[in-house]
Amino acid sequence: MSLVQVLFYVMGFITLGSALVVAVSENLVRSIFMFFVTLFGLAGLYVLSLADFVAVTQIVIYVGGILVLILFAFMLSGKETLNAVALQKNRFVSLSNLPALILAGLFLVVMVNIILKADISNLEWIAKVKETNNIIPVNESGINNIGINLMTRYLLPFEAISILLMIALVGAAHLSRKEGKL
Amino acid sequence: MITLQDFMLVSAVLFCIGLFIIVSKKNAIQILIGIELMLNAAILNLVAFSRYDRVNNGGQMFALFAIVLAAATTAVALAIILNVYRRYKTIDADKINQLKD
Repeated sequence: MSLVQVLFYVMGFITLGSALVVAVSENLVRSIFMFFVTLFGLAGLYVLSLADFVAVTQIVIYVGGILVLILFAFMLSGKETLNAVALQKNRFVSLSNLPALILAGLFLVVMVNIILKADISNLEWIAKVKETNNIIPVNESGINNIGINLMTRYLLPFEAISILLMIALVGAAHLSRKEGKL
Repeated sequence: MITLQDFMLVSAVLFCIGLFIIVSKKNAIQILIGIELMLNAAILNLVAFSRYDRVNNGGQMFALFAIVLAAATTAVALAIILNVYRRYKTIDADKINQLKD
């Protein structure tokens, strides 16, 4: 077993384990902080899949932006939130969680079955890519290529998403303002 | 070598954990975390397949776009949660059952 494989299993274990803790934890703050760990583990998986730029973006945007926003909203919504969480007796396997557990379990069975039967590594287009040597090599950073593609082939989605981001920020600021005085 | 199948299995498990959180939790912030987990599972698939597209970088591009969209979604969703808290004094998704007060 090579070092890359060991790293993959470690990262996958960290990601899935901390996601499970997020699911079963009774404390909201603890589950938010375990979500941090899940995101870092996912960034590690991205690096192992040779997408280092996406990994860095994941850390900057998710860990730096979204989690701080979630914590901020949690702090603003006060004591009742904590009480509501404390009241909710949260065993992983309890009668109220049983439907959710069954749903998630059946989904998992279906998806794992599909993935195992699809034989992904031998798909037609992937075989073609392997023939033409279009795979990202291990010893090369693709960031230059990403920058060039972003300004040529993907310029329209790039501009569209910048406008959408601005609209969303203005909308969020408008929604969360104090009411009454316009 | 890590195969595509390994990545897809991890992402399937992550997706199901997110689904479990969304269905079983009552707190709106926890539901939002579940949605983020499901989004991340989808992004992991995009990134895993992007390895086989060296010239166009399609998978990585759309992973980046999906991350930015998730950030915008979260900002709006949290603003809505704050508004709901101001009106109902709770963010328990089971107790919010009126459109207008």
